[in-house]
Amino acid sequence: MSAARLSHRASRHIKERIIESILFLAALVSVGTTLGIVYILVKESIVFFGHVPLWDFLTDTQWTPLFDDAHFGIIVLLSGTLVSSGVALAVAIPLGTIIAIYLSEFASARAREFAKPVLELLSGVPTIIYGYFALLFLTPLLQKLIPGLPGFNLLSAGIVMGIMIVPYVASISEDAMRAVPMSLREGSYAMGATRLQTALKVVFPGALSGIAAAYILGISRAVGETMILAVAAGMQPNLTWNPTESAATITAFIVQVALGDLPHGSVGYQTIFAAGLTLMLLTLVFNVLGHVMRRRFREQY
Amino acid sequence: MARKDIGEIRGIIARAKRFDMIFGVVGVLALGLGLLTFVTLFVDMALDGYTRLTPDFFTEFPSRRAERAGILSAWVGTTLVMLVTACVAVPLGVAAGIYLEEYAPRNWVTDIIEINITNLAGVPSIIYGLLALGLFIYEFGLGQSILTAGLTLALLILPVVIVATREAIRSIPSHIREGAYALGATKWQVVQHHILPYSMGGIMTGVIIGMARAIGETAPIITIGALTFIAFLPPSPVTTAFPFVSFEWLNSPFTVMPIQIFNWTSRPDPNFHANAAAAGFILVLMTLAMNGLAIWLRYRIRRNIKW
Repeated sequence: MSAARLSHRASRHIKERIIESILFLAALVSVGTTLGIVYILVKESIVFFGHVPLWDFLTDTQWTPLFDDAHFGIIVLLSGTLVSSGVALAVAIPLGTIIAIYLSEFASARAREFAKPVLELLSGVPTIIYGYFALLFLTPLLQKLIPGLPGFNLLSAGIVMGIMIVPYVASISEDAMRAVPMSLREGSYAMGATRLQTALKVVFPGALSGIAAAYILGISRAVGETMILAVAAGMQPNLTWNPTESAATITAFIVQVALGDLPHGSVGYQTIFAAGLTLMLLTLVFNVLGHVMRRRFREQY
Repeated sequence: MARKDIGEIRGIIARAKRFDMIFGVVGVLALGLGLLTFVTLFVDMALDGYTRLTPDFFTEFPSRRAERAGILSAWVGTTLVMLVTACVAVPLGVAAGIYLEEYAPRNWVTDIIEINITNLAGVPSIIYGLLALGLFIYEFGLGQSILTAGLTLALLILPVVIVATREAIRSIPSHIREGAYALGATKWQVVQHHILPYSMGGIMTGVIIGMARAIGETAPIITIGALTFIAFLPPSPVTTAFPFVSFEWLNSPFTVMPIQIFNWTSRPDPNFHANAAAAGFILVLMTLAMNGLAIWLRYRIRRNIKW
């Protein structure tokens, strides 16, 4: 009797251990994904940098990897990425901040219940749709305002990208502002401040590191965005700081190469991994910075 | 400080109140601008594409003539890729979520897994495409197939599913667990009988949001080299001969809705733009419906749960 019970317990124990191991392995898949990404990017990039000196990669001002006279100046692609991200932020930061302040300090609970899902729906629209919208709706509109604007340009892509990240910036900023303790607001109201004065002079500074995290995570989104730029900003590498020109970004270049038929193992094939590694490092810096600031902000209150 | 007479103070107060009101209006306008963009985008797609939204559009293959082209291979491809994605991402994501909430000890391994998931959620989607190109296609030899695309998108939405699972589990009060343990249940029995059923709604919400994201993802699929012109269907998963199911479709070349839209958008001929608009309209409707369903589910869960 007791022996049977004991053996039952043993089998129960083994089953539990097996299940735990399976669940652990599932959790490890995410680590495996990261390792896989790092392995692939570094492996192909090492071969790439065997052909192209790192110094040239960082300082050359031409990007013509598929020509006979090949130049690999990543700064060309980086300029497109930075300009389009800059335009996107110029749209997303003011709009996102205003919406966050409004939702957190002004709106009634009912209005918030309505607005938040709508913003969520806006961020759920596929980026290829935003690309179509930028190329075939916004660009013709902008061409009426700015004569001579080319059909592909960073401005229109950047504006639409900015609208795309508004919900993201707004929702993280709003979380940060709502985390500011009520007592601070009450103190401010007791001194006779209006809601706007309280929002701008008490809540906003109090939530600043959380809001900065929202901006930084927004930058990371903009830098990694692909389809809007591939569709609306053109794929011609162009070292420019002018948003009304057409230029390829790092992501658009990867798309362009992937659409063609490059043989596996050629230098052209490896360039997309080197470009990918640059992109990955860029977004990693922003992500880590953003999360550190967010965490520090959470500990503050 | 100089004394101010009552009129001056009233002036200051009136000005402060005016600014307050102005900002209220600005806030509504900013929100309205977001909403307006969304409505414009939706209406623009509908207007550009409505002439193409006929039953034939769903049953025709892509064609060199815009009026004849349809999205048959695209929507079939999307359905099959989503099937693979769901089959991989849901069990893996839920299992990982359960492990991290119920089993994981507080040690450095758990810390690494958690930091890692946070970081993965911020990796640009095109990087997943490079991972698939280098690893799935050239190291594992899976080819430019439905299987590769499904696996890639599964890895992409894994963080979404894991985070949703964890949040759903975390909202279950610990006295439920303690009650079950007090009756002698093992950890897995607690998970199986209590944690999983109670967190099902929250997990579903996360899965739907993840799938809505995967369905519109274009960049990683382009990177693995999905073909844009596919005038055939993958082999049918159901066959007439024994054993009646076939998995050959997993290795088939394919195209998906976003790729088809990209292809039509990037052609100079405006007739193809109408096709892109029509297909885009359908894609937006699909993602809207999925996101809407998820939001509604979450709303219902929040209202109905009373522990």
